[in-house]
Amino acid sequence: MNTTKETKSKSAENMKFPYYPGCTLKTTAKNFETSAIATARALGVELLEIPRWNCCGTVFSLAQDDLIHHVASVRNFIRVQEMNDYGLVKNENRLVTLCSMCFNTLKSTNRRMKDNAEDLKKINDLMYREEDYKGSVEVLHFLELLKSLGYDKIRDKVTKPLKDLKIAPYYGCMILRPKEIAIDDPEDPTIQKDLLEALGVSVIDTPYKKVCCGSYQTVKDKYIVAELAYDILSHARKKGAEALTTVCPLCAFNLDQRQQAVKEKHPDFEEMPVFYITQLMTIAFGLNKEVYGFEQNYVDPKPLLKSKSLIED
Amino acid sequence: MEDNKSPIMDRIAEANKAATTGIDAKDIKNWITIHIMGKAYKVPADLTILTAMEYAGYKFVRGVGCRQGFCGACATVFRKKGDYKLQTGMACQTRAEDGMYLVQIPFTPAEKAIYDITKEPYEASIFIKYYPEVTRCVSCNTCTKACPQDLEVMDYVQAAIRGDFDSLSDVSFDCIQCGLCAMRCPAEIVQYHVAQLGRRMFGRYGQGVPDHLRKRVKEITEGKFNEEMDKITSCSTEELRKIYTEREKEPE
Repeated sequence: MNTTKETKSKSAENMKFPYYPGCTLKTTAKNFETSAIATARALGVELLEIPRWNCCGTVFSLAQDDLIHHVASVRNFIRVQEMNDYGLVKNENRLVTLCSMCFNTLKSTNRRMKDNAEDLKKINDLMYREEDYKGSVEVLHFLELLKSLGYDKIRDKVTKPLKDLKIAPYYGCMILRPKEIAIDDPEDPTIQKDLLEALGVSVIDTPYKKVCCGSYQTVKDKYIVAELAYDILSHARKKGAEALTTVCPLCAFNLDQRQQAVKEKHPDFEEMPVFYITQLMTIAFGLNKEVYGFEQNYVDPKPLLKSKSLIED
Repeated sequence: MEDNKSPIMDRIAEANKAATTGIDAKDIKNWITIHIMGKAYKVPADLTILTAMEYAGYKFVRGVGCRQGFCGACATVFRKKGDYKLQTGMACQTRAEDGMYLVQIPFTPAEKAIYDITKEPYEASIFIKYYPEVTRCVSCNTCTKACPQDLEVMDYVQAAIRGDFDSLSDVSFDCIQCGLCAMRCPAEIVQYHVAQLGRRMFGRYGQGVPDHLRKRVKEITEGKFNEEMDKITSCSTEELRKIYTEREKEPE
C-alpha cells in the first residue's frame, strides 16, 4: 500500500512531455512503447501521448517541391502547441519520440520549416482550419531525454545490474543521418553504450553498429535484408555479443523477425535476441514483468535472461 | 398498376413534388439564377439545391432519398459566385444561392471489399489487407473539409492506420456514406468503406455482446414471441394494416 501512495505522490511531480508514438508503436512495436513509458515513469517522467496525432509521413521527402508530404509532421507540431495552450503540459515544446523513423521524419521536417519561412507559410495556409505552426517545437529522441536526465540518475534506479549480459548496441541510420539532425556523433555514436553501461551491461562495440539494416527493402525482397542482418548479427556474435539493442521498429523487424530468412540462407546461423533498449531498462529497474513485452520479440530472449538469473520465468 | 394507387406510393409521389408545386410563378417575389451543369436557370429563392434543380425541370431517380439529410444519397458539389473554393454538401440540406454552379454526384465509384469478419484478426492489418491505400494518407484533411456531417474524417483514417477501432467507430459513427470524402481525397482512399469495416470489427470484437441483447436472443430462442409471430404472419393485408395504424406509438 505504501508503494502505491509513494508512486502516486511522485507521479504528481512528474515532468510531463508531449509524446509522439507513431503507428508502429501501436501495432507491431507495442513492446517498445510499453517498456519505454514504464521506464520513463520510473525516472519521474510522464510521456503524454499527443491528442489526435497523425502518421508522421513515414519518410522525409527529399524533393524540393513536394511540400504536401510535410503536412503530416507539421500538423503534429500544431497538436503540441495545443497541448501547451490547453495546459496539458506547461511550456514544454520538446516533443519526445521513440521510433527512429518518426524521429527522422519529424525532426527533418521541423528543420526545413524553421529554415524556410516560405515553406512554412504555404503549409500553414493549406491548413487554414488549424492554428499556425509557429516553429517552436523541438523534436527529441527518447535516448536524448534519458541522456539529459543524467546517467547517474539512471544508475541509481538500477536494482538488478545487467552485469553478465554482453550486448552490442545497434544504431541504424535514422537517428544518426543526416548529421544535421543526428542525436550523436554519426560516425562513432556512444549514446546507447553510455546508457547500457549505466545499467551495468558489458557493452560490445562493433563497426556494424551503424551499417544499414536494409530498411524498406524488406518489403520488396526479404533476402536483401537477410544478408545484411546475417553480417550485422554474426559479426556481433564473433565479437562476443549475446544480443543486440535497437531503438528502431524497422531495424528490429529486419534484425529480429528476418532471422527466419537468414536461417533459410545460412543453415548454421545461430539465432540472437534483439531488444529494444527500453526492455533491458525495465529489467534493470526491477519493473513488473508485464511491461517487458517479450511476446512481440521473434527470437525469444527469455532463455538468455534466465541463464543470467535476470528473470524467473 | 395496382400499387400506384396505394397510400404509400401516393405519399412518395407527394414527397417528390417540387416545393413550389401549386404556387403560381407570379406570386413568387424573389428569384435567383443558378447554373446547373453550365446552363443558367431562374428559380425561386428559398429552395434547397435539390428542390431548385427540380423546379428547373430535373427529375431525380437516383441521387435522392430521404430528403431529410439522413440517407446520404444526394451528395452535391458546388461553387459559389466569386469564390474559388469547391464546396460539398447534401443537396436536400443546402440552400441554393444566387450565382451557384451546381452538379449532383449520384454515386461515388468505389470498390467495396468483400470480407468475412469472423475470419479476420482484430488488428490494424485488416485495413492494409482490404484497403491498402489508407497508408497513402498525407494528413491533408481534405476529407474532413468535404464531410457534410462535420466528421473528423482524417482522424478516423489515422485511427484505422494504427488499429484504434474504438476511436474510429466513435469518430465515424454519424457517417451517412455519401462518399464525398472519397471523391475529394488526393490519396484515393475510400474513407466511408474503411470506416464501415472498422465499425463492423469493433462491433464484433471490441464491444462484446451487451447484456440486454443476450437476454433478448435467449427469449427469442426459447419461443417467447412465437405465438404473436404466428398471429401476425397469418393476418390478411387488411388486418395487418389495421394493426399497424392502431399500434401503440412512442410519445412524440
